[in-house]
Amino acid sequence: MLTDSKNKTQVAETSLQEDEESPFLNSLKNFFLEVALIVSFTGRFFKELFIPPYEFNEFLKQCYFVGCKSLPLVAITGFIMGLVLTIQSQPTLAQFGAESWLPAMVAVSIIREIGPVITALICAGKIGSGIGAELASMKVTEQIDAMEVSGTNPFKYLVITKILATTIMIPLLVIFSDVISLYGSYVGVNLKGDVSYQLFCYQVIEKLDFMDLFPAFIKTFFFGFAIGLIGCCKGYNSNSGTEGVGKAANSAVVISSLLVFILDMIAVQITSLYN
Amino acid sequence: MEAPTDTSEPFPGCKKPSGDIIVAVEGLDISFGKKNVLREMNLWLQKGENLVVLGKSGSGKSVLIKCLVGLVEPQNGSVKVLDKNILELNNKELNSIRKKIGFLFQSAALYDSMTVRENLEFPLRDSRDLSKDDMTAMVEEALDNVGLLEAIDKMPSELSGGMRKRVGLARTLILKPELMLYDEPTTGLDPITSKEISNLILTVQKKYNTSSIIITHDMECAKITANRMVILKDGMCSAEGTFSELSQSQNKWARSFFE
Repeated sequence: MLTDSKNKTQVAETSLQEDEESPFLNSLKNFFLEVALIVSFTGRFFKELFIPPYEFNEFLKQCYFVGCKSLPLVAITGFIMGLVLTIQSQPTLAQFGAESWLPAMVAVSIIREIGPVITALICAGKIGSGIGAELASMKVTEQIDAMEVSGTNPFKYLVITKILATTIMIPLLVIFSDVISLYGSYVGVNLKGDVSYQLFCYQVIEKLDFMDLFPAFIKTFFFGFAIGLIGCCKGYNSNSGTEGVGKAANSAVVISSLLVFILDMIAVQITSLYN
Repeated sequence: MEAPTDTSEPFPGCKKPSGDIIVAVEGLDISFGKKNVLREMNLWLQKGENLVVLGKSGSGKSVLIKCLVGLVEPQNGSVKVLDKNILELNNKELNSIRKKIGFLFQSAALYDSMTVRENLEFPLRDSRDLSKDDMTAMVEEALDNVGLLEAIDKMPSELSGGMRKRVGLARTLILKPELMLYDEPTTGLDPITSKEISNLILTVQKKYNTSSIIITHDMECAKITANRMVILKDGMCSAEGTFSELSQSQNKWARSFFE
């Protein structure tokens, strides 16, 4: 319960020592402090996750905010992604006489890679920054302290519910985005050609197998977890007044976007071992 | 009440009163990095008393009351609130004691994403024996006490500064606390609203028989609410007495607050 004040003390001590060291050492130290903060925050998440009380109503509310409120943005970007990918790929495939492969190629690209990564990046921008800014402003205006003083554990109420919501809802948003992208691709194919909906679906389903779908789906849980975790970590640990709100939102987007790429690279390496 | 302590130099603590003590702070040291905020601080609060704490900005007044609810951890010293040593409690025990303490933050700290009704219902969420009707009745009673029943379905962003303070006070009162902690309750308010809030603090004390620690810079608020006052300097208790005693004190530092 007193962890936050300990963190503040440590941060103050660290910043006093920073002045006496070279910029390179400061950057290095800040990097490791950042990593340590994220690791300890993750540890606290798993430690408190299984301890009652469970904030189920708040979790459902967060699922609504993370999921339903992001649907229009994800739908629009998904549709454009499928449409553009199809239009851009069509001339190249036509040169090799492989135009009939277009639906399958676009489907594999979207489902295995582009859909999860682009949707995760959009969610990092919309949801991650939102969580970071919300928690940071709650911290600045003492709302988190007020929650703690009223006998509610703010970490469980605010942090755990948000991380669980992003972990569960972002995979669903990715599936939704994939479906809309394939529809965008169907529209793109029919801009210059005439392919029936049944034929398009048949070509897509025929070329997709379990190893296209399963790893792509599993990695989205990790993307969702990373986006929620970083947003909450940066917001919950923000310090320097109203300036900290902007910094928390900004660094939540930057770090979670970077983590999405790193997790994607790891997922691809693991998947390639089984292929 | 004893005569005011007239020393030109700070001394590490106030005199221990003889009555029923509900807050006892002894030998409290708090520092952030190399900065010592409180040093060997002693403070006692009697049951039913309104204690006003004065001091320059950054003198550790807010840190002192945050320490009473376990929001800040001291390096040394003991903090006893309602006969429990705050520093030795586990999370469950600490939360249980926090439900007996009302804390009005400087900014009122209303939850932005909730309506006034939801803000007031929030501290009641763990009370499983309360029905929805009971909750509504308690919320309406608390809002009625601060004269803001008509704002029940408004969002905090629709309220003025004074209204936010009143709603914040109603939220702390809903659990009928034994101890109230006010962190600069009149800061940022016009003189008329400040006086209303100060009178409200007195009304709350009489109606709920609470004891209060009030952090303020507002001398009008201190005059209305204080049974006893202490003045902090350099992280220590510099002077102690009633409003009239301190205003005539030979301690220049203490007197400077009244000029």
